[in-house]
Amino acid sequence: MKRLSTFNVTSLTFGFAFLYLPMLLLVIYSFNSSRLVTVWAGFSTQWYGELLRDEAFLSAAWITIKVAVMSSTLATILGTMAAYVLVNSGKFFGRTLFSGMIYAPLVMPEVITGLSLLLLFIGIGLDRGILTIVLAHTTFAMCFVSVVVSSRLVSFDRSLEEAALDLGCTRFDAFRLVTLPIIAPAVISGWLLAFTLSLDDLVIASFVSGPSSTTLPIKIWSSVRLGVTPEINALSTLMIGIVTIGVITASLISKRSAVRAQKDAQAAERSA
Amino acid sequence: MRRFALIALPYTWLLALFLVPFLIVFKISLSDIALAIPPYTPTIKDGFSALIRGLDFENFIFLTTDDLYYKAYISSLQIALISTSLTLLVGYPMAYGMARAPAEWRATLMMLVILPFWTSFLIRVYAWIGILSNEGFLNQFLLWTGLISTPLTILNTNTAVYIGIVYTYLPFMILPIYAALDRLDDSLIEAAEDLGCSRLSAFWLVTVPLSKNGIIAGCFLVFIPALGEFVIPSLLGGSGTLMIGKVLFEEFFNNRDWPVASAVAVILLLILIVPIVLFQRNQQKQAEADT
Repeated sequence: MKRLSTFNVTSLTFGFAFLYLPMLLLVIYSFNSSRLVTVWAGFSTQWYGELLRDEAFLSAAWITIKVAVMSSTLATILGTMAAYVLVNSGKFFGRTLFSGMIYAPLVMPEVITGLSLLLLFIGIGLDRGILTIVLAHTTFAMCFVSVVVSSRLVSFDRSLEEAALDLGCTRFDAFRLVTLPIIAPAVISGWLLAFTLSLDDLVIASFVSGPSSTTLPIKIWSSVRLGVTPEINALSTLMIGIVTIGVITASLISKRSAVRAQKDAQAAERSA
Repeated sequence: MRRFALIALPYTWLLALFLVPFLIVFKISLSDIALAIPPYTPTIKDGFSALIRGLDFENFIFLTTDDLYYKAYISSLQIALISTSLTLLVGYPMAYGMARAPAEWRATLMMLVILPFWTSFLIRVYAWIGILSNEGFLNQFLLWTGLISTPLTILNTNTAVYIGIVYTYLPFMILPIYAALDRLDDSLIEAAEDLGCSRLSAFWLVTVPLSKNGIIAGCFLVFIPALGEFVIPSLLGGSGTLMIGKVLFEEFFNNRDWPVASAVAVILLLILIVPIVLFQRNQQKQAEADT
């Protein structure tokens, strides 16, 4: 019989307080009317107003979203292909190198990835801008996607795909109609992971971005280096809010589909 | 033919945007700084034989003579090691508590651990500036309780860097340990207690050894990225905080010395290879044990 001891309860309470208090303070003080960020002077939403009127922040946010959508979509396509190759293709020339290149970026320090890509872009004379950030983000995000998708592909029953082939599907149709719907949850979470990684990246983007392609993290970085400002608190609160809603919705959806799958299984058992 | 295309596309992408850039870094680390665009010599335009003759290990020798770099590597290792141990000290009790919590809470607790991971890294580090500064929340609180009479200086010291690393990498420590503890069979602990172990010694003799793989995985997942960390030492650390990621960034952007920055990157990677290989081996061993 498991029971929570006082020690367990204390460590959980303090642990979660440690994880959440800093963010809670940011959220609370984003509604502070004083410019002095650590002195409470009354409730106000003025910093949100100032943030939304700040052209530089808005355009940085827009660039960041564009980059994240493009790079996570590309990364999902390439990462799923890579995962499919790693799981299904057996031996081929240079397989060890290939799987090495999939896993290495996961542990590569961002400063090295950023530096090496910048040196490549300068070497081939590619102007730094949105394109270079998309290329950079796609490269490291596709590795994360491929790890997520291949963990799903390993447990996938290949006889389903073979059945489709036997029944006259082309390879591509079998993938599109049978394999893809089954691995879809992993592909979607891979896309979300790639999207978040791209939204979040400061170091690689600082190396490969040009003057006209300042992303939100770079913009935040340049104002944060000068200290705490209420506008950044407001921006942080918006970002924390969006993520919280997203994660809670995703977990509710997956819970509901799990419940539905269970019901379906029960119904199938009854009818059998 | 189609299979070839399927392999070739991601393969070429990674070759062109991962391997080739890295070879360029390696090549530039052997070059010399020059007042030109790009600011190093020799370049490919100089012809192949001039290129080969122009390369040497001068930058690496320079790194060993200037003790800034040597100290930066040592202090990165030290900071990463201390923060990893601290993260383990905070993370293990949390993972243990989660594994013993009632089953219906666990999904929620899991989500609470993962949620910060989806939130911007930069913002989570930034949140600590307001807490740790001289007039920040922590000092306000400690002054109010009367524990201290003058504000503590925490921001811009190594302590702030430790706090930042523990805070941002805590989920990476908790998740593998929780996964290991979750699989643990409770009857083993009961058996130990029946055979006369106290609860504490049952914990040390049964629970900890059986969660060893989770502990190892968690420690590597914190140690490896902490070693090359740039954002945390730059925002929370002081001018005395030497970390190799920060040195590389400054060497490149402030001093514009590309060859030395590249040499710093090559050495950082060489240092990282050992923990990465050990980590891979641990994962493989675990995967074999599972099947």
